[in-house]
Amino acid sequence: MSVVAAIRPDEWNLPLFVHVFGAIVLVGGVLTAAGALGYARGNTALIRAGYFSLLAVALPGWIVMRAGAQWIYDEEGFEGGEEPTWMAIGWAAADPGGALLLAGLIAGGIGVRRLGSGRGAGLLKGTLVISLILLAAYIVSIWAMSAKPG
Amino acid sequence: MGLDDWILALHVLSGFAMASTLVMYWVLIVAMRDIDSASDTLLYGRLATMGNRVVIAGSVGTLLFGLWLAISKPEYQPWDGWVIAALVLWGASGFTGSRAGTEYTKPFNRAQELVEAGREGAPGELRALNRSSAGLVMHTLSSVLILLLLAVMIWKPGA
Repeated sequence: MSVVAAIRPDEWNLPLFVHVFGAIVLVGGVLTAAGALGYARGNTALIRAGYFSLLAVALPGWIVMRAGAQWIYDEEGFEGGEEPTWMAIGWAAADPGGALLLAGLIAGGIGVRRLGSGRGAGLLKGTLVISLILLAAYIVSIWAMSAKPG
Repeated sequence: MGLDDWILALHVLSGFAMASTLVMYWVLIVAMRDIDSASDTLLYGRLATMGNRVVIAGSVGTLLFGLWLAISKPEYQPWDGWVIAALVLWGASGFTGSRAGTEYTKPFNRAQELVEAGREGAPGELRALNRSSAGLVMHTLSSVLILLLLAVMIWKPGA
């Protein structure tokens, strides 16, 4: 399967580049958010940097990754129900993962707004946990998309 | 799944570790532009240290697993033009990345000195170090080289 992927048609390369570039930005944004929120220990500047990373880096990265995924999916001519396992794993990380990212953004946004009044720590902890779950899901999906099991 | 499939997955995961950490460094560069206190600089330094470990592991993994694949897979050879181009880009991005790292380590070292001396330093001193233009140029170059490397890995020109 990976040999087939390695000799894919040239017209798949640009959508694949867009997809992988978006995924790199997404993973980088989530990794930074998890690291910043994990190390912050109440430091407002680092908490804001972590949230900024999720909002201004990870979210645009997710949009580019998802657009690239749809583009290459259309190029490959798959139809619903016939996707291989590795693609199903990729979708599972992309779409429910996108909803989870949105939940983390909402919780973190409220948490950051409440920082001034000394509250919001619980919500920001929730955002940290979501970031760690997303990172784990992305590692599994990167493994699946490259090793292509099934 | 064969051994080569696992090696390919590890190669791609290593590449993601390397490139995603460059994204982290971009966030740190932007976030630290207005940081002027030693304690805050050191706090960001802990995140940068985590990033350094990830980027080193990713760089080494990308190279070793990539070389394995170039030798093991019958459709590739280590002397293929695109493999050599990828190796050159890997080396160049590593060089510019380490130069950027040298520049951005200066504020962390200075902040450590200040904290150990129980001082905060002259106003603007750490901010100037955190805004290193040499570091910014080197990190920009490193990021462009990694994008070119990604393009070479996908298009495999000449393969």
